[in-house]
Amino acid sequence: MRMRFGGVLAALLLTVAPLRAANASAPKPPANDDCLTCHEDPSAKRANGSSVFVDRKVFGDSIHGTAGAACVDCHVDLAKTTDFPHPDTLAKPDCSSCHAQEVADYGKSVHAASRAKSPTGKAAWCVDCHGAHDIKPSTDPASRTNHFNLPATCMRCHGDPKIFPRASGTGGSEPVSFRDSIHGKALEKSGLKIAPNCATCHGTHEIRSPKSDPLSTVARARVPATCGSCHSKILDEYATSIHGEQLAKGNPKVPVCSDCHTAHAIASASDARRLAILEQCGGCHERQLKTYRDTYHGQVSAMGFSRVATCADCHTAHAIHPAGDPRSSVAAANRVATCQKCHPGVGASFAKYDPHADTRDRGRNSLLWATSLFMKILLVGVFGFFGIHTVLWFPRSVKARRDAGVKKNGGA
Amino acid sequence: MVEELLVAAPPPPEPRWVRRFDTYDRSLHILLMVSFLGLAFTGLPLLFSERAWAARLSRAVGGFQVAGFLHRAFAVCMLLTFGLHLARLLKRIFGDREYGILWGPKSMVPRLEDLKQLIGHVKWFVGNGPRPDFDRFTYWEKFDYWAVFWGMGIIGGSGLILWFPKFWARFLPGDLFNVALLVHGEEALLATVFIFTVHFFNGHLRPEKFPMDTVIFTGVLPLEEVRHERPAEYARLVEEGGLERIAAPAPDPEILWRGRIVGTTAVLLGLLLVTLTLYALLT
Repeated sequence: MRMRFGGVLAALLLTVAPLRAANASAPKPPANDDCLTCHEDPSAKRANGSSVFVDRKVFGDSIHGTAGAACVDCHVDLAKTTDFPHPDTLAKPDCSSCHAQEVADYGKSVHAASRAKSPTGKAAWCVDCHGAHDIKPSTDPASRTNHFNLPATCMRCHGDPKIFPRASGTGGSEPVSFRDSIHGKALEKSGLKIAPNCATCHGTHEIRSPKSDPLSTVARARVPATCGSCHSKILDEYATSIHGEQLAKGNPKVPVCSDCHTAHAIASASDARRLAILEQCGGCHERQLKTYRDTYHGQVSAMGFSRVATCADCHTAHAIHPAGDPRSSVAAANRVATCQKCHPGVGASFAKYDPHADTRDRGRNSLLWATSLFMKILLVGVFGFFGIHTVLWFPRSVKARRDAGVKKNGGA
Repeated sequence: MVEELLVAAPPPPEPRWVRRFDTYDRSLHILLMVSFLGLAFTGLPLLFSERAWAARLSRAVGGFQVAGFLHRAFAVCMLLTFGLHLARLLKRIFGDREYGILWGPKSMVPRLEDLKQLIGHVKWFVGNGPRPDFDRFTYWEKFDYWAVFWGMGIIGGSGLILWFPKFWARFLPGDLFNVALLVHGEEALLATVFIFTVHFFNGHLRPEKFPMDTVIFTGVLPLEEVRHERPAEYARLVEEGGLERIAAPAPDPEILWRGRIVGTTAVLLGLLLVTLTLYALLT
């Protein structure tokens, strides 16, 4: 990080030094028209054949063009050049001379880190997202960084399987899953300006890696706050829930928003999600999932039908508290109301049904435990007895049939 | 020459047939079969809900709600069958004063004799004694019969509790539903596996009967079979002069074939279910 700053600083000194205003004796820098004399020709090429064409209108319509910026404001190394045509390779424009804060933020990003690690790599820098001569302000509907256009801009790299191999699949692929998510549809289909785009969660210039950088807006511990910046009521519920409290205490095992809702394929609570939640919760709450599977709720949902209670139907999705907590939806005082959500009109006795009954837990329900033991003995007894009975009978029955056959044939 | 021989030979003995089950009992057995298989097919998927076949079976009948509806419909059919049987028992006892069905050789009520025959039968299995002189109802047939009563009480009772939880919750504590669900499933497992293995073997699949005993469908069996397999009943019939009373014509071939098709279908369906069940239990 420090080394990279040194590099940026050095580049800054080299390029800022020959500012035209600072040196009156320097040759007059070329005006935009001077540059366009050559660069307006669509057939103008470098030695390697790549085009150096600049469209006068495109630049004129860009934010820099309308602000009256000169070519040499960005291509500073040409300000003092007198020998034209100038060399093919110029210094990369340094946006920080005007946009210091943005470049400083970018310096902390995963993009800058990747770029520093591999200078020949393709990690994004300013022009990859903003464009070059055609830069428009993000308020402009045609801007690459406009709220509605940003996903397509990010996906130029993040949707390219050559750069990100997992982008090719449909499952874990960010571009595909975001576009199909409730966020993506709200943004791209419904055109909601309040719908989030990539930057809403990941940030703009200071995009940090959620895996390695705890300061990332989508680092595990910070996910609830990030989602909560829009879903503030949900954050209130989550933050005071057992999961939120544990997260605040630094427990890394508790679920955050993305564990249940996923990061990019975020869907509203569909039927498929209501079933998938069972495995999510059951990943930690193994015994509860197991005992749930012994009930009608659990049996029906295991067959892929979702019109029965799954975890969140009783425990709520976000305001989850231990059953002993009076705020809990499954606290003794709230249980009848919770059952009534699906079973209207039922009373206190109905709500005494144990949706997580455990036949092996004698303390929890001794009658159930005793019944289960009796049933086991009965099954083993009946099948044990008749199993032996049948096994012994079979060979004798074979013999009896053979004897009868012999007798029949002999008598005929 | 050949003709002479044919004329000289005595005519083959005409096989004599006797009636064992009347139309009422055979009809009830059909109703019981249909409702039992229906209940098994719509209920067992729940018990093995985490198996792929369970979900497929449930979807095949139209989803868990349709399966639930059919399960209750078959349950009503089975309860009706049971009720018809009880009604007939009451008529035979109080109307016809047939007290013989309450006790004795013609009764389903277990006697000490049954225990002796069980021991004798096992001795015969291992080649250590003669085959017991079975009467009209053997001990394994009595077990099957009373198992239905037990199952009707336990599975039927718990099923009715689970069917109307709101009603029962007015009188019963809610944790009894946990017990009801447990016994309903475990008893169902006991009943289905028992019928699809032990009953099928004893009644139909054992080598002496294989592929099936058609008496439950035709109602009649050769007298020779009674004499051989139920010597006590045969002797009693000879002694009482009841043979003429139960003499019957040979079964109508069409009814025989229909019985074979229905019986074989039921056996195959049952074996399919018990295979899936045992596979799920053992893996």
